[in-house]
Amino acid sequence: MWKYILKRLLMMIPVLLGVTFLVFFILNMTPGDPAAIILGDQATPEAIAQLREELGLNDPLLIRYVRYIIDMLHGDFGESYKNGISVAAQVLDKFPNTAVLAVAGILVALVIGIPVGIISARKQYSALDNTSMVLSLLGVSMPNFWLGLLLSLLFALKLGWFPSQGMGSGFVPLLRSLVLPAITLGTGSAATVVRMTRSSMLEVIRQDYISTARAKGLDEKVITKRHMFRNALIPIVTAVGLQFGTLLGGAMLTETVFSWPGLGRLMVDSLNSKDIPMVLGSVLFMTIMFSFVNLAVDIVYAFIDPRIKSLYSKAGFKKRRVVVA
Amino acid sequence: MNGKELLKIEDLEIRYETDDGIVYALNGVSLHVNEGETLGLVGETGAGKTTLAKGILRLIQTPPGKIVNGKVYFEGKNVLAMSDHDLHQVRGNAISMVFQDPMTSLNPVMTVGEQIEEVIAVHNNSLSKEEIRERAIAMLKRVGISADRIDEYPHQFSGGMKQRVIIAIALACNPKLLLADEPTTALDVTIQAQVLDMINKLKTEMNTAMILISHDLGVVAQTCDRVAIIYAGRIVETGNLRDIYKNPKHPYTVGLLDSIPSLTRDTKRLKPIKGLMPDPTNLPSGCPFAPRCNYASSACSEAVPELTDRGNGHLVRCIKDISGKEGQ
Ligand SMILES: Nc1ncnc2c1ncn2[C@@H]1O[C@H](COP(=O)(O)OP(=O)(O)O)[C@@H](O)[C@H]1O
Ligand SMILES: [Mg+2]
Repeated sequence: MWKYILKRLLMMIPVLLGVTFLVFFILNMTPGDPAAIILGDQATPEAIAQLREELGLNDPLLIRYVRYIIDMLHGDFGESYKNGISVAAQVLDKFPNTAVLAVAGILVALVIGIPVGIISARKQYSALDNTSMVLSLLGVSMPNFWLGLLLSLLFALKLGWFPSQGMGSGFVPLLRSLVLPAITLGTGSAATVVRMTRSSMLEVIRQDYISTARAKGLDEKVITKRHMFRNALIPIVTAVGLQFGTLLGGAMLTETVFSWPGLGRLMVDSLNSKDIPMVLGSVLFMTIMFSFVNLAVDIVYAFIDPRIKSLYSKAGFKKRRVVVA
Repeated sequence: MNGKELLKIEDLEIRYETDDGIVYALNGVSLHVNEGETLGLVGETGAGKTTLAKGILRLIQTPPGKIVNGKVYFEGKNVLAMSDHDLHQVRGNAISMVFQDPMTSLNPVMTVGEQIEEVIAVHNNSLSKEEIRERAIAMLKRVGISADRIDEYPHQFSGGMKQRVIIAIALACNPKLLLADEPTTALDVTIQAQVLDMINKLKTEMNTAMILISHDLGVVAQTCDRVAIIYAGRIVETGNLRDIYKNPKHPYTVGLLDSIPSLTRDTKRLKPIKGLMPDPTNLPSGCPFAPRCNYASSACSEAVPELTDRGNGHLVRCIKDISGKEGQ
């Protein structure tokens, strides 16, 4: 097991290199001169040229990339072009805010998604199942920011129940400010979790060992919990993990709609101002978060399914899942 | 051996309503099983054997399955009309079932111990955790698995060992009736006899009655007191083992006997039954075996024959009066 974890951690290195490489080149290919953006409209061409020289922007792209990687390996992610503050400090400063929102969002998704998915599967084609399928289709296809705007209009601006902007400080204000963005984020994920739970449960319901469980004289509640749900869990954990990994990287649109001071907004701001070190640092961080969640999901598998556990501990075991970055 | 009547099935009809039409899986089956005896239920794949066994315990999935008609009396009480609560008391406790495929019949994420303990626990509220575990270990030993494997998972067992675990689960609460649905069909030929012998030994020790389902009259010959032959969802012949083997009266039974190498009276003339069972979504109005039958006449396709008594509880669903000897 430990060997497996170590192997997975090592596998993250090429993924991270690949991601930085891609982002680095794409950002440098887009129009706009960072030096001009930093100095603003009034800057003289001489000043811009001088700043370009200082920032090393005149060197060939590949050299700059190698330089960036070398600095990165020393733990230096550079400074923001915009305000000169260290990228690492800013990312770490915003991350807790995003994490709080991500946890709240995924809780909303779980609390709605799992029970509705289970009931839908157990009562397949019932009115309840049909309703939840239509709603979840709606939830999957509805853009997050649009739902966010609607919620904000109704519950913040019109009814005034919750704040529409920012993150409250202190426990109760924090909770109040979390409600709308968490629901906004959570409904999309909930819809995915409902669909995944339902389809995974439906697969399990038809298995022979469920007949065995019934033939033992167990009641349906026990069968659902002990026999069906645990066997249906792997695809559900995968879906939840993917959702959570994405949320941890910062929900750009939702954070922007609710002015949530998280990674997502930091990223949007940095993109707008072509703050390359900032964008690179944030993307790198998101990738790391996503990979960690993925790894956690794979470890959780082993606790759910003994067959996977024995697979992990077997020598010569091959990579089973592609890390999506 | 012939105790009093334990199970009595009357006119059981079960259908599956599918997109391709209604499958008439069971069309009025009546049977009985006495305490302690073994009834062999024999028929081709698709004859309705599994449907019958599941129907007894109300394990038919609805939809698509539906019990349309009939009664299943167990110790005088109709299982089909019981409350869910009473039904749960019967399942796994008074009547248990061993399914056809051991590879898929155990829960892959629970240890075999947990799966045996579970059935003991649900039917014995007064037992402590330790007592339940002791019983599970004892049961495991009885089916020939060493106690130290109790915390292993199904994937660590071979097919034959899995079937032993399933048998341990089925017998853990000392049932009065065991429904064994082709318990050895999915196993390697080399271990089929072992498992079958073990089932027989245990059911005799525990005085458990059994319905042993098989598509092989040869398997049934070694173990059963009585035999019922099922064809297209109907019992076509039933009687004592001896009557069925020595004096088969239904052309289908004769055909089945002729297709068993070891039992054929003349091994040179081993012959499979020609043709196929009729489509259960579209059964003929007459005798469903008529299209394959060497003795069929026009009268056979007019109506489904009634089961008639040929003496000594030997019932036959055929308008002809043939004997196995003539069939040769
Ligand atoms: N769940 C089901 N849905 C539709 N048809 C079924 C289902 N289960 C069994 N059947 C049909 O019912 C008939 C009897 O099946 P079964 O009882 O499994 O036969 P056996 O056990 O004798 O092979 C077959 O024609 C089979 O295709
Ligand atoms: Mg079957």
